[in-house]
Amino acid sequence: MATEAHGSESSLVFHPMDQFKVAPLFGDGPVHWYTITNVTLWMAISVIGVIFLLVVGSRGRAIVPSKGQSIAELTYGFVYKMIEDVTGKDAVKYFPYVMTLFIFIVFSNMLGLLPLSFTTTSHIAVTGVLALLVFLFVTILGFAKNGTKFLALFWVSSAPLAVRPLLAVIELISYFVRPVSHSIRLAGNMMAGHAVIKVFAGFAAIAAISPVSVLAISAMYGLEILVAFIQAYVFTILTCVYLKDALHPVH
Amino acid sequence: MEGNIAELGKYIGVGLTAIGMGGAAMGVGNVAGNYLSGALRNPSAAASQTATLFIGMAFAEALGIFSFLVALLLMFAV
Amino acid sequence: MATETHGAEAAHGAAEAGMPQLDFSTFPNQIFWLLVTLVVIYFVLSKIALPRISTVLAERSGTIMNDISAAEELKLKAKEAEAAYNAALAEAKAQAQQIANETRAAIQADLDAATAKADAEISAKAAESEKAIAEIRDGALESVKDVAKDTAKELVAAMGSSADARSITAAVTARMKG
Repeated sequence: MATEAHGSESSLVFHPMDQFKVAPLFGDGPVHWYTITNVTLWMAISVIGVIFLLVVGSRGRAIVPSKGQSIAELTYGFVYKMIEDVTGKDAVKYFPYVMTLFIFIVFSNMLGLLPLSFTTTSHIAVTGVLALLVFLFVTILGFAKNGTKFLALFWVSSAPLAVRPLLAVIELISYFVRPVSHSIRLAGNMMAGHAVIKVFAGFAAIAAISPVSVLAISAMYGLEILVAFIQAYVFTILTCVYLKDALHPVH
Repeated sequence: MEGNIAELGKYIGVGLTAIGMGGAAMGVGNVAGNYLSGALRNPSAAASQTATLFIGMAFAEALGIFSFLVALLLMFAV
Repeated sequence: MATETHGAEAAHGAAEAGMPQLDFSTFPNQIFWLLVTLVVIYFVLSKIALPRISTVLAERSGTIMNDISAAEELKLKAKEAEAAYNAALAEAKAQAQQIANETRAAIQADLDAATAKADAEISAKAAESEKAIAEIRDGALESVKDVAKDTAKELVAAMGSSADARSITAAVTARMKG
């Protein structure tokens, strides 16, 4: 997974995408659906991280919280407030689902920033499934809760009657583009940041500009920590917005 | 320098697609700047609009990510 | 990692590497493990972590509410105590005022009595003195009369004529009235 800058100074070879390769952990065989790969490893680490943060951290159940419990409560309060503010009080029963998404994405993004790690959320397969789950969940919930009234989401009643069919087509397209943008935003952000860091790391092979390269990597790393959090936040808040559309489809 | 004309076109295309990300950068900057100017005029309303800010930034950024994706696809998949 | 081919294009970059994201043969694997992860996280959160944290938060807010209400009660009690203190203070002040007034009145009464007594004594003394003075004055007048009579008798005798006492007395009295 490391960047190999072999060859002379004039012919640098970057492998910015090598870090995203899915490979079996044991042996070198083909990747079946059940094969234990680096995806499995890093997802397991994120599960352990979640358990450590939210279960081990809060085991004291103290009225005056310890450090770990404060962080767990902070995370809880952050997501809870988000869903309450954006979606409304009646959406609080979907809180575990939203919290699962948020905590998984934030842990995957942050763990991906460790050197030599694998970023599970940089794969379109992973984010695509996450976004499709949200999309299907929201669509089914919308129809289950509101029946055909859910279609009012596409019928902009505040617009003039003549424009409404056109707007309906646009709304429909934008509704179906949602999972695409939802998934590609997260995967693209993760992929771009890591690839850029790898490219800068490739430049470090040239002695003359290696200090600049190290500085650039440090700066990008700081930015990536921010992006890792913000993308998790954005994914979650967009999930909340879509949930609101499903619960209150009045446009 | 040797190479086939399709390679040339591919790399030119990748470079042109990358310009799209500049547009997304301007869009995100626009969102953030307008939020800031609004927040400085009415600081009490600023906190309630952070979610909207991030949603707007996410939408603006998604389009830049699309162009980045097209560039990657051109570069690696085509 | 078998797709790597370091060919002549290596100098141009990583074009030969391709995008691992688009390697569809790994998709089932990723999706399977993702679903496993999500289900595990979902159950850990919904069965253990979230109820626990929400209980802790509810307990804390309950404790804080209790503390606030206890503080409110204590505040109320403090106010009551202050009011009682103020009332006691006012009462004590009033009592002190009353005692002072009473004392002042008693002193005034004593003083008045003493003054009246002294006045009476003084007027009695003055009356006595006036009487004494009047007596003395009367006595003096008598004496002056006697002396004048005697002197007039002597003077008449010395001039060689005699006169009876009665006429002399009448003359002197008339003179003295004069």
